[in-house]
Amino acid sequence: MAFTFAAFCYMLALLLTAALIFFAIWHIIAFDELKTDYKNPIDQCNTLNPTVEKVKKIKRVKIALKLVLPEYLIHFFFCVMFFCAAEWLTLCLNLPLLAYHVWRYMSRPVMSCPGLYDPTTIMNADILAFCQKEGWCKLAFYLLSFFYYLYG
Amino acid sequence: MSAPGFTNLSSSVNYNQNSTPNGGDAPPYQNGPAQTYQSMYPPTGCYGAPPQHQSYPTIPAHSTPAPSKASMTNSVHSANYYQSNHQQQQQQQQQQRPVPQHHVAPSPYSAPPSQPVPSSGPVPPHAQYNQQLQHPPYATPGSYYGPQSYHPPPAQHTSQQQQQQQQQPTLVPAPASGPGAPLHPIVSYPSAPGNSQYGTLSSSQNNTTPGVLPTQMGAPLHQYSTSRPASTTAAQPGYGVAPPSQLVPTVNGQGSTVHQHYDRSCQSSLSYNTYSGAEADQLPSGTPSTSVHSSPGHHQGGDTSSSSTGSASPVPNSYDSLEGGNFPDSMPPSNDMTNQAAPYGSYGYPNMQQGYHQGPASHADSSPSHDPYGQSSYQQYSQPFPNLSQLSAALGGLSGVPELEVEALTPINLLQERSLLPPRPLEAPEPNLSPELKKVNCSPQTFRCTLTSIPQTQTLLNKARLPLGLLLHPFRDLQQLPVITSNTIVRCRSCRTYINPFVTFLDQRRWKCNLCYRVNDVPDEFMYNPVTRSYGEPHKRPEVQNATVEFIASSDYMVGTKRLQVNDNSTTNQLRPPQPAAYLFVLDVSHNAVESGYLKYFCDSLMENLDKLPGDSRTRVGFLTFDNTIHFYNLQEGLSQPQMLVVSDIDDVFIPSNDSLMVNLKESKELVKDLLTSLPAMFSQSRETQSALGPALQAAFKLMSPTGGRITVFQTQLPTLGAGALQSREDPNQRSSNKGVQHLGPATDFYKKLALDCSGQQIGVDLFLLSSQYTDLASISCISKYSAGSIFYYPSFHFIHNPAQLEKFQRDLDRYLSRKIGFEAVMRIRCTKGLSIHTFHGNFFVRSTDLLSLANVNPDSAFAVQMSIEDSLADSSLACFQAALLYTSSKGKRRIRVHTLCLPVVNQLSDVYAGADVQAITCLLANMAIDRSITSSLSDARDALVNAVVDFASAYKSNVSNLQQSGLVVPAAMCLFPIYILALLKQKALRTGTSTRLDERVFAMCEFKTQPLEQLMRMVHPDLYRLDNMSDQGALHLNDTVVPQPHLLHLSAENISRDGAFLLDCGYVFYLWIGKCCNDMFIRDVLGCTNFASIPPNMSHIPELETPLSQRVRALLDWLQDNRAFSSMMHVIKDDASTKVTFFQHMVEDRSESASSYHEFLQQVQQQMSK
Repeated sequence: MAFTFAAFCYMLALLLTAALIFFAIWHIIAFDELKTDYKNPIDQCNTLNPTVEKVKKIKRVKIALKLVLPEYLIHFFFCVMFFCAAEWLTLCLNLPLLAYHVWRYMSRPVMSCPGLYDPTTIMNADILAFCQKEGWCKLAFYLLSFFYYLYG
Repeated sequence: MSAPGFTNLSSSVNYNQNSTPNGGDAPPYQNGPAQTYQSMYPPTGCYGAPPQHQSYPTIPAHSTPAPSKASMTNSVHSANYYQSNHQQQQQQQQQQRPVPQHHVAPSPYSAPPSQPVPSSGPVPPHAQYNQQLQHPPYATPGSYYGPQSYHPPPAQHTSQQQQQQQQQPTLVPAPASGPGAPLHPIVSYPSAPGNSQYGTLSSSQNNTTPGVLPTQMGAPLHQYSTSRPASTTAAQPGYGVAPPSQLVPTVNGQGSTVHQHYDRSCQSSLSYNTYSGAEADQLPSGTPSTSVHSSPGHHQGGDTSSSSTGSASPVPNSYDSLEGGNFPDSMPPSNDMTNQAAPYGSYGYPNMQQGYHQGPASHADSSPSHDPYGQSSYQQYSQPFPNLSQLSAALGGLSGVPELEVEALTPINLLQERSLLPPRPLEAPEPNLSPELKKVNCSPQTFRCTLTSIPQTQTLLNKARLPLGLLLHPFRDLQQLPVITSNTIVRCRSCRTYINPFVTFLDQRRWKCNLCYRVNDVPDEFMYNPVTRSYGEPHKRPEVQNATVEFIASSDYMVGTKRLQVNDNSTTNQLRPPQPAAYLFVLDVSHNAVESGYLKYFCDSLMENLDKLPGDSRTRVGFLTFDNTIHFYNLQEGLSQPQMLVVSDIDDVFIPSNDSLMVNLKESKELVKDLLTSLPAMFSQSRETQSALGPALQAAFKLMSPTGGRITVFQTQLPTLGAGALQSREDPNQRSSNKGVQHLGPATDFYKKLALDCSGQQIGVDLFLLSSQYTDLASISCISKYSAGSIFYYPSFHFIHNPAQLEKFQRDLDRYLSRKIGFEAVMRIRCTKGLSIHTFHGNFFVRSTDLLSLANVNPDSAFAVQMSIEDSLADSSLACFQAALLYTSSKGKRRIRVHTLCLPVVNQLSDVYAGADVQAITCLLANMAIDRSITSSLSDARDALVNAVVDFASAYKSNVSNLQQSGLVVPAAMCLFPIYILALLKQKALRTGTSTRLDERVFAMCEFKTQPLEQLMRMVHPDLYRLDNMSDQGALHLNDTVVPQPHLLHLSAENISRDGAFLLDCGYVFYLWIGKCCNDMFIRDVLGCTNFASIPPNMSHIPELETPLSQRVRALLDWLQDNRAFSSMMHVIKDDASTKVTFFQHMVEDRSESASSYHEFLQQVQQQMSK
């Protein structure tokens, strides 16, 4: 296959998917930390005094949660690329996720800033579990598509 | 505070009467303990006073005295009291001091015996006791407590207190088991029960509960009275009088007793001062109970080691007094003293709810012995802590109570059975535990689980189709609360659980955590048993004897960098000292607000309560008003009058002056008063109609962020300017639509984000909304929801046109301003391994899966928690839940209040059903429904509620009920479930088809989330009584008051007859419905009107007439009222009035134009079941 626009798209998608995999992993870790925070066993000081590590962790969680929008944008971006390259099959494979992203963003809680997660409800066990599941599913999807792009 | 007035009066009377019986009877040892307590009390008041110190040195010597001596000493003291009682209180105080020195008890004694019995004195000791028993509720004035015991016994003092405590315990032991057994103070309480009257007073919450006593009035008297009884008892042994010798002899701590008296006496003196102004005469009535409570249970420290001291005092809670503002003046030494020793935290709220419930039973019989104690958790002492074998037996032996279970499981066919309501309001079901565990378990009013038998697995739970969850009221005003000061707070090393009564002691040095099962070491300090002053009895410590305790926390528990979570910018990691109490009032002064006229009433109310604001000498206050601009007030000390600073730049709010806007209340009190006086007039000409609520809140946030504290916002209209401006979203034409209700969620996240910032800075925002128009409460309420505030709403508030709302506003304010408050709080809920928390309901910010951040915590808000079962609980027979609330008291102490609830685990579905708590389930479902209606839609939520009934009934039918009878069959424990759900569906929050204003609906939803269970149940399913034919059958005798106990009626118009008078108790309001043909005698005797026609249309008070009928009605009303924090309104509704709709809309079992009747509802359920 000659070096066409389509090939370029695949290469780019490959790289971006690698980034997305990274995002997804971070996402999973962030929620896992949120969830298991209380199991911090030998936290001798009171919970009111988060140690330095805790502070770092909280920041990491926040950063991870802020990655949501970039993730959506990246995914949208290479969907558009595939569309331009007329790679219909690949596009079809990606459409469900794209649609999901759109739906997810539309149904986000009332917020004035970009973002999906409302700090006041994120601790709800259902939401937390859902977000974790979402993370794993996305990770699987990105991994599969990574290999698809690699060999496709 | 004044409310319980009648009780006081009655109490005095009773005293005399009672006195004789007691003496005659044989409350022997009990009396003894009681005595000690009492004696102790009075002194406590005076803490600051020198006497304590003096006593101190002496203590050691005393400690060992022979029992007889001890008794003697006691008697002496009592004697002194006696005399003093008769005389002026002040004198008493003085006398008391000398007494201790006197060691010679006997001489004084002779006098006392004679005195006590006779009614001559205002306060014969015995009499008082009796009163307490009967009255319990009334007896304890909230304020009263506080002052006496709590006052901050300095650390040094604590040792004394401990000694005192020891005494008490000692008394107890004698009766119970061996001398060795002696208990810690707490124990002592229980012992009291035996005594009956006395005991009850001291230990039993019941007694105290009533305590509601208006406040301070009675305190001095009580003390005296108490002292007397003590003396009498003491005397008796010596004299051979009635009292059994038991009491006296056994006491271990006799030596200490003397000292104890001292301390207490001191305290009493303090209290004295405070009260004296108020009502010396009445004093006797209320006080007794308090004194009882005051007796601190434990002394951990021991004489020698002041450092290690844990002074735990199972004191009554007069938190108010301590922390609350009741006695501002009296408190004087306050800060310093308090800081040193805060051991006694008692929350003696005036209106204690608990007392009542428990009370009834106890009240009924004059014989003191049983009631109070049984209920109170303290009986255990008699038995030494269960050792391993015992404990395992206890664990294994959950078998108990088959009868109850059978009863709870009786299948009931709802379609046939018409009268389901119990004659009295429903009580919480008792978990099926061994008696020992039952006794120490947490009060259901504080901690309640929807299933008192926890299913073993999630599968079983799913099968049962009932929600699993907890209902918590953690900061409730308690009458009695052991407070523990110690260097090390013993916690599990793995899960950080606080040691509690349900842990297992493997041996002397090790204990096994009941939540994570880790084996921990018992620290040396904990080995020390303060009661016996010996090592090796860790299981006798108060922490292990009480399911609800409060620790005074060390510096490890100070607030650190909590703010990090919300606010990234501040990254300091330093601990800061506990914050002072800080209150900022943000007042709407736009034209609309001026029109409604609230400002004047607010200022009046605040002025009145200025001294009652909980706090110490560091308390800070500030004011801020806003219309289209923001006005700050400079109240810096030294100014001749308040300065107003106007900031008109609402887009970029700044604080005009840094340190003079929040001022020290004590130093600037005059200026504050000036401001409050002039404020209403200042804006009376305001024509500004815009409201810049958002910017005002931002300004308030900036003003408060350095300290944290409480912001109280008064708002009367939709915010229209600056950040957070809102538009009207309500379409009045849609109010009664059957389609979905829109706009239940916030329109903007401005308020939520601000609330999170506030929460991060430890600022709680309370919202008072007084508005006649749509104000978008759904959006504005976020400011309180996420900062752990509370919300008050007064629709159509106007100071002239709506006197009912005005009165409610004033009453609420009184309570609001003077109620206890905790700052910078967090609450963590831990549960046995295998259980996990699913969702929280209430006002807070969830910081972690099990951690709630509460910028402010107030005694009136409750929380609900949904739980799920992650792992099988098969390897244990008990499941435990522990809620730990860490907060800063208004006196600047870090405190941890720990509640532990223990429940059995079962593997049979029928057991799960037998333990179902229908009220708790209803409340939890209500909370879930509210969530659902906001995230999804109202109709979804309603369907879910109906489905809950359907699912439950089908699950029961298919799994448990083996009767193949047709119809709708449910177990007896759950027979009210459909009624409650139907009532829920007809609530303002969830109803459809009836015109409901959006704000009222949203407010009702907020209420559901934060109201404690009892209050919520009364709102959902009000209690209906018939008043015109009340009989004395089953009536409670409190003091000399007879409180009739009319039967509950079903909420159906068929129970309402035209010739009757009915009382509907809706929690926040009472409706008295007068039928057209109601007999004139009732109208005349109770309402003071000649006949039906002459009853005024807007009657909102029951006149105080001297007729027996009126007295009984008022006794009932007062009794109902005493259970709740906020006083309820009274509306008299005539049969023909147009307002009768408001009455009949509560008849939830009837069909309304838009909702089905109970019978139809059942049929609907049955239909869905068969699908």
